[in-house]
Amino acid sequence: MFPAPIHTKGPFAVISYRVAVIIALVLWLIPLLAIALTSVRSLEDISKGNLWGWPSKFLLIENYSAVFTTTPMAIFLLNSILITVPTVIGAIALAAMAGFALAKYKFRGNILLFAMFIAGNFIPFQILMIPVRDLMIGLGMYDSIGGLVAFHIAFQSGFCTLFMRNFIKALPDALIEAARMEGVSEVNIFFRIILPLVRPALAALAVLIFTFVWNDYFWALILAQTDSVRPVTAGLQSLKGMWVASWQLISAGSIIAALLPVSIFFMMQRHFIAGLTLGATKE
Amino acid sequence: MDAIMTSPVSLSRPAVQRSFWRRHEKTLAPAMFLSPALFAFLLFVVWPILSSVWISFHEWDGLGPKIFIGLDNYRELFSDDKFYVALVNNIKWLILYLLAPVGGLIIALFLNQQMPGMRLIKALFFFPFVISQVVVGVIFSWFYDPNFGLLNVVLNAVGLPSIAPLGDEHMVTYAIIVAGLWPQIAYCMILYLTGLNNVNPELIEAARMDGCKGFPMFWNIILPQLRPATFIAVVVTVIGALRSFDLVAIMTNGGPYDSSTVLGYFMYEQAIFAYRMGYGAAIATVLFLIMDIYIAFFLVSMLRKEAE
Amino acid sequence: MSKFLRFATTAFFAVSLSTTALAGTLVINSDQSDPAPRKGMEALIEKFKKENPDIDVKLNVFDKESYKTSIRTWLSGESPDVVYWYAGERMKFFVDRKLFEDVSDVWAANKGAEAMPSTVGSVTVDGKQYGVPYTYYNWGIYYRKDLFEKAGIQQPPKTWAEFLDACAKLKASGVAPIVIGSKALWPTAGWFDYLNLRVNGMDYHMKLMAGQVPYTDKGVKDVFDKWAELIRPGYFIENHASYTWQESQPLFYQGKGAMYLIGNFITPEFPADVRDKMDFFQFPKIADQPMYEDAPTDTVHIPARAKNKVDAKKFLAFYMRPDVQTELNSVLRQIPTNKDAKPSDDRFLQAGYKMLSAAAGTAQFYDRDTDPSLAQEGMKAFQEFMIIPDRGDEILTRLEARRKQVFKQ
Repeated sequence: MFPAPIHTKGPFAVISYRVAVIIALVLWLIPLLAIALTSVRSLEDISKGNLWGWPSKFLLIENYSAVFTTTPMAIFLLNSILITVPTVIGAIALAAMAGFALAKYKFRGNILLFAMFIAGNFIPFQILMIPVRDLMIGLGMYDSIGGLVAFHIAFQSGFCTLFMRNFIKALPDALIEAARMEGVSEVNIFFRIILPLVRPALAALAVLIFTFVWNDYFWALILAQTDSVRPVTAGLQSLKGMWVASWQLISAGSIIAALLPVSIFFMMQRHFIAGLTLGATKE
Repeated sequence: MDAIMTSPVSLSRPAVQRSFWRRHEKTLAPAMFLSPALFAFLLFVVWPILSSVWISFHEWDGLGPKIFIGLDNYRELFSDDKFYVALVNNIKWLILYLLAPVGGLIIALFLNQQMPGMRLIKALFFFPFVISQVVVGVIFSWFYDPNFGLLNVVLNAVGLPSIAPLGDEHMVTYAIIVAGLWPQIAYCMILYLTGLNNVNPELIEAARMDGCKGFPMFWNIILPQLRPATFIAVVVTVIGALRSFDLVAIMTNGGPYDSSTVLGYFMYEQAIFAYRMGYGAAIATVLFLIMDIYIAFFLVSMLRKEAE
Repeated sequence: MSKFLRFATTAFFAVSLSTTALAGTLVINSDQSDPAPRKGMEALIEKFKKENPDIDVKLNVFDKESYKTSIRTWLSGESPDVVYWYAGERMKFFVDRKLFEDVSDVWAANKGAEAMPSTVGSVTVDGKQYGVPYTYYNWGIYYRKDLFEKAGIQQPPKTWAEFLDACAKLKASGVAPIVIGSKALWPTAGWFDYLNLRVNGMDYHMKLMAGQVPYTDKGVKDVFDKWAELIRPGYFIENHASYTWQESQPLFYQGKGAMYLIGNFITPEFPADVRDKMDFFQFPKIADQPMYEDAPTDTVHIPARAKNKVDAKKFLAFYMRPDVQTELNSVLRQIPTNKDAKPSDDRFLQAGYKMLSAAAGTAQFYDRDTDPSLAQEGMKAFQEFMIIPDRGDEILTRLEARRKQVFKQ
């Protein structure tokens, strides 16, 4: 049942395959298409129940600008960026260093520490919730962008370290030994030899972590309170209460919330998938 | 590579500066590289886990003093109907979520063709995984809306009566799981597509020569080669199912009357809305212990690979 | 002192001054996050600033739901100077933990008890006042006059029998008699409160709220029996657990449902084209009990750990003033607590005002009158009962177990 390459089966097979793929894709994306269509609908269409037919008029600019002018959506977006970008940089920086240490140095507890970083990835957030919230309050970082950044960096550094460590492990040891023979310091080995070589891994991680943190809802709920801190996920949920029946605005807001991670995904698709499938192909 | 090996002399330092650091560089450097990540991880992940377990032995409203009550929270938990509702729902999630690797594999096999434009098609199939669960929750709440949701439009079109999946205790959990499967299938699909890329074509050819095709071909030749992908897909799916929170919080808040709650949401609700921090911590600890089974499973196989 | 130390201390003081301790800075935390009330609050704060140019007011506005959790954090840590909150049990919870400041002096200085006779009790614990109520509102049954006429109902029902009769007629005319959205749970508590007040009276209700009466008591069962008389014949709209109170409103406006037991806050939401068809009546009489009402009261308080209590008291006194309350309540479209303030001439508000003035007593609302964690369980129980009335006894037994736990008996 491993499909043979379709083009060996003649033009009819190719065409029917194409059609089948398109139909499957449309079915698969119906929810998204619907929400995209709704985001340009008029309120009359919605209250008349014309939700799944063709919009009677297209209010692209009106609806999307209404989202920005009548709600703090612009602030939510900005917050998301202010939370996500420093987290990506911080988590990757920490993980590159830690990954290097775990991959290329032998010391007691190495495997144990590595195991700790791996295990940390999979724990349920709820086990952290109460103490992390209290800790942030104690540090004066509750309901601040800094608090969210600090937590996300710490948590994501688990996954990132696992990732970087495996990547760096695969680099030949001879490279480092040769540098040491030359008298290159350990710090410089990291900065001048390792770092340039792990660029693809850094890119893959960056895209991945960006998406994870951008889409985070739980911690936004626990650690952010005010509109001036809330990222777009929690913001969208709080706007739902305000917009209620205005599905055209909720849809437009959803599209706006999804826009940045989606465009980054399309721009950096190769890196994204490389990051996600790490370990899925190699024994 | 050669360029690096014959790296500039300026990188090495004059011997005069051989300080304490220089003498112990090989021990100190890894410690230095590790310490920021380790510190952050200990502070925000390891310590809170221990702290949560400690809190679970207390009665605490988050405001007054913590009163030590030993295992009372656990005793209460194991006699709490809501706990079993949540646990059973988590099990439903766990079982049905395993459709994601299956669905992902089917789509991956379907899309695994070399043709112009396929890259874009695959990316579009993957799309649901990139968007936030909040958006997925919004989309599906709307899909299920009893008045104008697409679901009822379709049901009515084929002559069936309207339903309200999110308002019915028997349907609600399944309805949320379906929403969760959408991005999860996309995720598994990508894992399998990558796995299929690395399938050894010679083995397939050899099998074809032997007249192997159809399901035996898939089962005996392809699937074993996809084992790494299957492993990751199953692990992330199981973890995802046990971690389920976002969709429940967005679509139903655990309702109607807790019938769609899961351990993750039950904990959140007890701690945040009922102000029962100790009880919440006990729920979190139980969830943590359940997940530890899977974490240990993953760790063992990961580290075994490491040892090879 | 070394140069560095001096620099460090100066810097420290500069920082702490700029954030919190600056005399004349008044930090106010509010949960009035809906656009219209928020604007009204901000306008009033401008007015306060104009009258007190030496006070620098800093207003933080929070989302209503998360506010309920985070207020606990502030009160026990970095406290603001004024917090918005609720009267009754909700307030007493913090008073009992010594987290709210006694403001009886502000009441005395401004003759508050005479100006706000109907609500003074809701902020009083052991003879002392701990906050200032600035607004309250009525609950009642809003209904479609046109649908009533079409169903042949002459006048709004006054007794339970008339109410049941009206429901039957409405149902026969093809509309759902009662609209409700139970997804967010609390609208169900309105039904429970009123049924309990009408069947068992205020004393009983308050004892139940205080955890002194078991939920398996005959009184509560009677309430469920009355409730079931509406549930079993299908007088409530279908699928109400799928809607929040907002999401259920269109059914009301589209004429698919005829009545809605809800707070006065629904009236600004009436669309222009049905506004004239809307009216309001008091929850009908059931047993021989005086007419008690739900009238949730919103308040402002000074946290015990506030830094600037002097200016905070000025702000509380400001909120007691009739002119301020008139302005505030015209924005909120609610009823001022000061009897010299003028409620707006909106007909719904006037009707509610009249009804409350004649009330034999008022309750705050289920989730404000009882322990918060029990309230949550209680409202879920009501939702379940409204969907599966056959489980009534089982639901009450479960709820009773929770009550025992919460109130430790």
